[in-house]
Amino acid sequence: MAQMTMIEAIREAHDVAMAADKRVVVYGEDVGYFGGVFRCTAGLQEKFGKSRCFDTPINEAGIVGTAIGMAAYGLKPVIEIQFADYVYPAYDQIVSEAARLRHRSNADFTCPIVIRMPTGGGIFGGQTHSQSPEALFTHVSGLKVVMPSNPKDAKGLLLAAIEDPDPVIFLEPKRLYNGPFDGHHDRPIVSWKKHPLGDVPDGDDLVPLGKAAVRRVGADVTVLAYGTMVYVAEAAVQETGVDAEILDLRTLMPLDLEAIVASVKKTGRCVIVHEATRTSGFGAELMSLVQEACFYHLEAPMIRVTGWDTPYPHAQEWEYFPGPGRVGEAFKKVMED
Amino acid sequence: MTSDIRPLSLNVPEPGCRPGDTPDFSDFEIPRAGLVPRPAVNVDPDEIRDMAFSIVRVLNKKGEAVGEWADSLTNDELRVGLRHMMTLRTFDIRMMNAQRQGKTSFYMQHLGEEAVSCAFSRAMQPGDMNFPTYRQAGLLIARDYPMLTMMNQIYSNAEDPLHGRQLPIMYSSKEHGFFSISGNLGTQFVQAVGWAMASAISGDTKIAAGWIGDGSTAESDFHAAMVFASTYKAPVVLNIVNNQWAISTFQGIARGGVGTFAARGHGFGIASIRVDGNDYLAVHAVAKWACERARLGFGPTLIEHVTYRAGGHSTSDDPSAYRSKSEAAAWPLGDPLERLKQHLITIGEWSEERHKQAEAEIHDEVVSLQKTAEAVGTLAVGKTPSPRDMFEGVYETMPPHLVKQRQEAGF
Repeated sequence: MAQMTMIEAIREAHDVAMAADKRVVVYGEDVGYFGGVFRCTAGLQEKFGKSRCFDTPINEAGIVGTAIGMAAYGLKPVIEIQFADYVYPAYDQIVSEAARLRHRSNADFTCPIVIRMPTGGGIFGGQTHSQSPEALFTHVSGLKVVMPSNPKDAKGLLLAAIEDPDPVIFLEPKRLYNGPFDGHHDRPIVSWKKHPLGDVPDGDDLVPLGKAAVRRVGADVTVLAYGTMVYVAEAAVQETGVDAEILDLRTLMPLDLEAIVASVKKTGRCVIVHEATRTSGFGAELMSLVQEACFYHLEAPMIRVTGWDTPYPHAQEWEYFPGPGRVGEAFKKVMED
Repeated sequence: MTSDIRPLSLNVPEPGCRPGDTPDFSDFEIPRAGLVPRPAVNVDPDEIRDMAFSIVRVLNKKGEAVGEWADSLTNDELRVGLRHMMTLRTFDIRMMNAQRQGKTSFYMQHLGEEAVSCAFSRAMQPGDMNFPTYRQAGLLIARDYPMLTMMNQIYSNAEDPLHGRQLPIMYSSKEHGFFSISGNLGTQFVQAVGWAMASAISGDTKIAAGWIGDGSTAESDFHAAMVFASTYKAPVVLNIVNNQWAISTFQGIARGGVGTFAARGHGFGIASIRVDGNDYLAVHAVAKWACERARLGFGPTLIEHVTYRAGGHSTSDDPSAYRSKSEAAAWPLGDPLERLKQHLITIGEWSEERHKQAEAEIHDEVVSLQKTAEAVGTLAVGKTPSPRDMFEGVYETMPPHLVKQRQEAGF
């Protein structure tokens, strides 16, 4: 075990996977010599050589398109899109190619690639360094979608994603890279160094895809969250005293519906929190699924707390970001109904 | 100064010939066969810049093979090549008719372009990989992929190797070096570069070939493929099949102001060659040169195959609505099948009688296979893939939500 930041844990997962399997190659913009703008691939080129960890031209369609070709050859590319906001030029390669290759070729060709991308706001990144595009990927058949919320999961889930036989979109909440941010931007930064989930096991322990984690056991309301919102929900619990059960979904596709349904049936109430825009967001899917499975157990209408349906603003970041104040209000409302 | 400024106007290029016009290819410069020299395979791309504006041709008007690019094939191999092209043409005719009879939803033929994929295929080696478009079935025919399997897929019957999930002609065969065709345009070009990079990363000796049409070179994926191929010196042959037409849009719309598609390679420092795509010998010789260059580690080659789409884009369009009916006949590079046949006759290695006999044999073989395929089923009648199958293979292991949906659908 070692105490790590999420960046160090992600780097460590690459290191373990590259050492164990020669087929694992790592590349992207600024990923090689420099080790990534967030340092998630630091030292890998030096350790494994330039043909297994290298810089690419600034061309996301090229990064993903070449990875698909490499996977068809038999390699396991783990590629970085520098910010999730930059993934759109590669969307055709992801949606029309990576996601469908197995199905359309009847597994003659498959696509075991991992596409990592820093996600979410909280760093004054404005509209092009803050987005949470998870719903654009959960909507696509053939993709798996993962978002870890802590160093331990980041390493274990990334190792599981690399081992997975299908394409995985791996979204890294960048505001969590250095500490468990709870939305209180005006308070001192908290580090992973003393957090229990910053204690990362050595070796190649996986965290299986498709399994949620209960971050807090509670009786009053189920909170469905992932990424940064897990800590925002924890802060809202402390500030309101509502005895919420917090589920960290970890994998959005495939989703751990069983864990969700068990919790909502127990509490009878549900608040869904995500940073992405609301309309057609993943919260809409969660709400539909809970309604279908738990309607007769619900004692109050479900509530979504999300980013607003606007582009991610720069100066108004904290009015956009669904912080503990807004989540706490939702707790109170769902308990009053 | 200000008095010289007039309102701007938009330049929208037009083809030389639309329905009702007389085709005129007099502006189309065709160098005589044998004129273009064959450089060493390790040549510096800068030294052969002129090859992007000329055309490598081997067969002259008399049907003789001339120049430095001749003699890449034996006479036996040429007869095999002729048979492949004849087979592909017969296959196309039968499948076009089958589509008109309602036995499949859709078909795309190769009429006039048979030499490109049939000849190229013979320059590659087992283990190499093509990333084709939908108009390179010659790559499969020339590697003896079973035509019956192709028909089963075209008919989407119970023996369809892709279980009815993919469109009729979007074949896939790793075993035959043929990457799964997507149907999206241009995406495969950069995937070919990735496959070639993987071969280099792995210290392998295999190479890849990417394929794209003239129209799809306008896609961003074309640029992505070129820059990655250039940067990593990938062992890949990048083929542009310029058949003059992208559905109803003439090649000038994608080409823009540059002289040729091949010239696009110059900005990337990629060896770029134009070849007579209707000359089986020329296509094979250039393909062999480019494959060798890639395999020896000298980097990528961009080949523009200059050809003509003598038929419609697919079974869904009528070319007479956008181009002159006589344009195909006026196309100055002739018909690839006829030209190879004449060459073999000229050198005393073939005859009209043998040709007729081969035609009859091929016809019988294709018809017989077609009967076998139709006995299994077509899209209209007979055994079709199970609806259960559409839920399979989305992921390696079916996730719970798909299991539930399959049950809900009743399969």
